[in-house]
Amino acid sequence: MSKTKVLERKLDEKKITALLEKFPENDPRCLIHALQDIQAVCGYIPCEVVMRLCDRIGVPLSKAFSTATFYKAFSLDPKGDLIIRVCTGTACHIRGAQTLVDEVSGSLSIKPGGTTKDLKFTLETVNCVGACAMAPVVSLNGKYHGNVQPGTLVDKIKGGK
Amino acid sequence: MRIESVKSLKSLADKVRREQKKRSTEILVCAGTGCLANGALEVAESLERSIKKRKLDAKLKLGVKRTGCHGFCEKGPLVVIQPSGIFYKSVRTRDVKDIVEKTLVGGEIIKRLLYRDPLAKKKVETYQEIPFYSRQHRIALRNIGKIDPAAIEDYISQGGYRGLAKALTEMEPDEVVDAVDRSGLRGRGGGGFPTGRKWRTCRDAADEPRYVLCNADEGDPGAFMDRSICEGDPHAVIEGMVIGAYAIGATSGFIYVREEYPLAVVNLARAITDARERGFLGENILGSGFSYDVEIARGGGAFVCGESSALMKSVAGEVGEPRAKYVHSVIKGLYDKPTVLNNVETWANVPWIVTEGAEAFSALGTKKSTGTKAFSLVGKVKNTGLVEVPMGITLREIIYDIGGGIIGDRPFKGVQTGGPSGGCLPEHELDLAVDFDTLTSKGSMMGSGGMIVMDDQTCMVDVARYFLKFLVDESCGKCVPCREGVNQLWLMLEDICAGKGRKGDIEKIEALSDTIVAASLCALGKSAPNPVLSTLRYFRDEYESHIKKKHCPAGICKDLFKFKISKEKCTGCEACAKACPVDCITGEKKKLHKIENKKCTRCGACRNVCHFDAVEVVR
Repeated sequence: MSKTKVLERKLDEKKITALLEKFPENDPRCLIHALQDIQAVCGYIPCEVVMRLCDRIGVPLSKAFSTATFYKAFSLDPKGDLIIRVCTGTACHIRGAQTLVDEVSGSLSIKPGGTTKDLKFTLETVNCVGACAMAPVVSLNGKYHGNVQPGTLVDKIKGGK
Repeated sequence: MRIESVKSLKSLADKVRREQKKRSTEILVCAGTGCLANGALEVAESLERSIKKRKLDAKLKLGVKRTGCHGFCEKGPLVVIQPSGIFYKSVRTRDVKDIVEKTLVGGEIIKRLLYRDPLAKKKVETYQEIPFYSRQHRIALRNIGKIDPAAIEDYISQGGYRGLAKALTEMEPDEVVDAVDRSGLRGRGGGGFPTGRKWRTCRDAADEPRYVLCNADEGDPGAFMDRSICEGDPHAVIEGMVIGAYAIGATSGFIYVREEYPLAVVNLARAITDARERGFLGENILGSGFSYDVEIARGGGAFVCGESSALMKSVAGEVGEPRAKYVHSVIKGLYDKPTVLNNVETWANVPWIVTEGAEAFSALGTKKSTGTKAFSLVGKVKNTGLVEVPMGITLREIIYDIGGGIIGDRPFKGVQTGGPSGGCLPEHELDLAVDFDTLTSKGSMMGSGGMIVMDDQTCMVDVARYFLKFLVDESCGKCVPCREGVNQLWLMLEDICAGKGRKGDIEKIEALSDTIVAASLCALGKSAPNPVLSTLRYFRDEYESHIKKKHCPAGICKDLFKFKISKEKCTGCEACAKACPVDCITGEKKKLHKIENKKCTRCGACRNVCHFDAVEVVR
């Protein structure tokens, strides 16, 4: 945790309290489930929320963080408003997914996994979304776009779609 | 309404069927992930609106049904009109008016929406005539595309839950295990372990309670059979699990679903709620006294969690690291209790086996690999999508007869089966029978059923590098051979692809692979070198070209080639210049075009659009 965090988002205190109260006290088994819900509500996993969660469900902080960093679905850093997920499954790979990653990465000056400083864009790669028949696939905030051609993606993103 | 007995199940099925018969026409709109991305939902809504507006629903008694994935995702959104079977592809909302006015009212077939068979070179009117479908034999995918996954009645009307009723009332648990054993069903998730034997060991384990789990953590890139089943026919999975639970004496279980499959989670959750309401899950199922319930556990996006022991840890809320399996999970699995874990496709086969009989299943396929297998046929093949075929069919039949051959009729180079742990098979193995043992003997494997077709524009070294990078990212890091060894393999391939390969690299790769295979803890590590070893076995010359000549013949590894436009072939059509994202192609109309190499990013857009094969790969 030596990395200084530059990016932060405002959290809605009421929502978080309501969320945490859903989980039974001293039940460590719901850890993954709880982290998923925190991720869904906050868009990432803020450290302070994890601390409060650990107190409630009786899990050591070390275990919560080892779990949060093990699974790809969890992010300790906030994400951008638009999450660009380029599928790099095999079918997408052989139909040119890497070119798409390079294009976005070059145009937004962020590496895969990174978020722009203004918190507008996050670029991620995903191993396979199971829509291989329309490879290469890019998901923009969860909406799938198939057969994406090189040279068209950046316009799509900046057009805000 | 709860169904308390087999008799009331039968009368409900009859009632639903009678209702369905009253409808003269049914419009099936595919709402799988692929078609949804292409706008299937808008098409369905627009159809419903138009039908209502024209008051056709009352007059013609027709209904619009949103079904699961038809498998022919390439051509989506798909619309099928039953009972005639008229098959429309790539339907957009602007086509809806024509479909309603011309086809539904006028009975006319709209030619422009029909599928064109590339082999026979003619348009095909109905579902049944399309070679992509007509050559398939669907068991696990039997209902997908026919039923509305959100309507349990639809599943029941297709004979759903009849297998469960038969097992509970006519069979002893042992007889169910026997039937599955005799059917020869082997695990569809990749291992190919005999399902009946797995069940029997668990049933004989002394400890209690026992668990029945479903593995829907379909992590292999390029495979989406399980996603389609969970989305399109979730009740088949649930019914299979309840039968399995009855056979081994389990009372609860989980379906572990991948984080990347949100629609599968929604459809499964709905199916579980509906099944509980109807009394197919929960206490006293169908009035038999047997009880079993199932919950969804969502994965966290870790490939290794598809491994049985890691999956069970993840269900229990822990970090999903595998353990050494000297004690199998059928003895000590979830919470250290006896556990049966089968994958989605395996479970979907179970109700069919119980209803139709073990012999009907074992009559299909080969002696040691019975039944059918679903594959996701993807990559550089014309008809990409889901296919289910009897075991023993050849690769050639799948790729050329069902898949329609290679895109642009380019030369076939290889087919990758079995996901990241599988291997690539070359052209001279195309007549290989597809079953568990034959594929393994050739250095590949069945895996979960991903089948990725590659043409001459695919670099095999790059493919091997791709899979290794995948496995480096997904290795859980618990054991050294996998964590460090696979990483070193990947780095060596990175070097080779960047033109920094050295003499002796191939031998080093082979030696290191041996160690990784021998010393890794779980199947992920043990099979990690497979993509490299199988490409080395069949495509060694490509590795040598990368290392010695510093050239990538397929034109993929960006540092090892240039694009050049052929003087003889270029017609000056300007297609390449328009496609180039960095504007590095110049030339006048009808004259030879030129690529400015300094500016070129080697993206290949020009090569993809050229109709004359004029963009060549040179050193």
